[in-house]
Amino acid sequence: MKADQSLDCIGLYCPMPIVKTAQKIKELKQGEVLEVVADDKGIKLDMPAWCQATGHEFLGVEEEDGEIRVYVKKAHEC
Amino acid sequence: MAEREKLTIAVLSGDLERALAAFMLATTGASMGMEVSMFFTFWGLNIIKRNEGSIKSKGLMRKMLNLMNRGGSKRLKLSKFNMLGLGTWMMKRLMKDVNMPSIDEFITMAHEMGVKLIACTTTCGVMGIPPVEDTFRSEVTSLSGAAYFLNEARQSKVALFI
Repeated sequence: MKADQSLDCIGLYCPMPIVKTAQKIKELKQGEVLEVVADDKGIKLDMPAWCQATGHEFLGVEEEDGEIRVYVKKAHEC
Repeated sequence: MAEREKLTIAVLSGDLERALAAFMLATTGASMGMEVSMFFTFWGLNIIKRNEGSIKSKGLMRKMLNLMNRGGSKRLKLSKFNMLGLGTWMMKRLMKDVNMPSIDEFITMAHEMGVKLIACTTTCGVMGIPPVEDTFRSEVTSLSGAAYFLNEARQSKVALFI
């Protein structure tokens, strides 16, 4: 999936990927896509939950060799 | 976005693992756009005491209590497997190994994210902890009693007691 910006969260556990995503999303423009790369499996359920709570759009998960990529579209200014 | 949802956490325990859980939830809540308040009482006050200096209290029993129960984020212990500090040391090492922030870093992070840290004045009184600025860390935003906590909790979507 194509993304406008990427956030490296390899080696980080909950809650850091979510905390960093919340900070990073502020740098994006509305409609842009953020890719978060992580290796903590918790993110697969945490990121959709974060999107549900914040109103941003969860686009999906890609997983390869233990590397998890999740995609979030910025739905509104925050 | 509509009015922000509230998360209120009462932290009674001063155990390392419970403090950690409380701050993980607080920072995650703030990341989810929630308005977060943490209310510290009893042993939980140890988490927000300054690490340096001494706590000046009045009366023999309270002086003893504050000497033996000095507190400060760096002095928190695990509730299990403390083993005279060895277990706690090991757990902190393991946390560092996986890039988990320390309680100290969590407090700074929570503060920067706008989490309100509130100390309970009643337990300060009982335990002889002077509820003044030089007792607590600078991140502590205010002092209050049970009514403030309950009023926050009443308006909160999520209220937790740790």
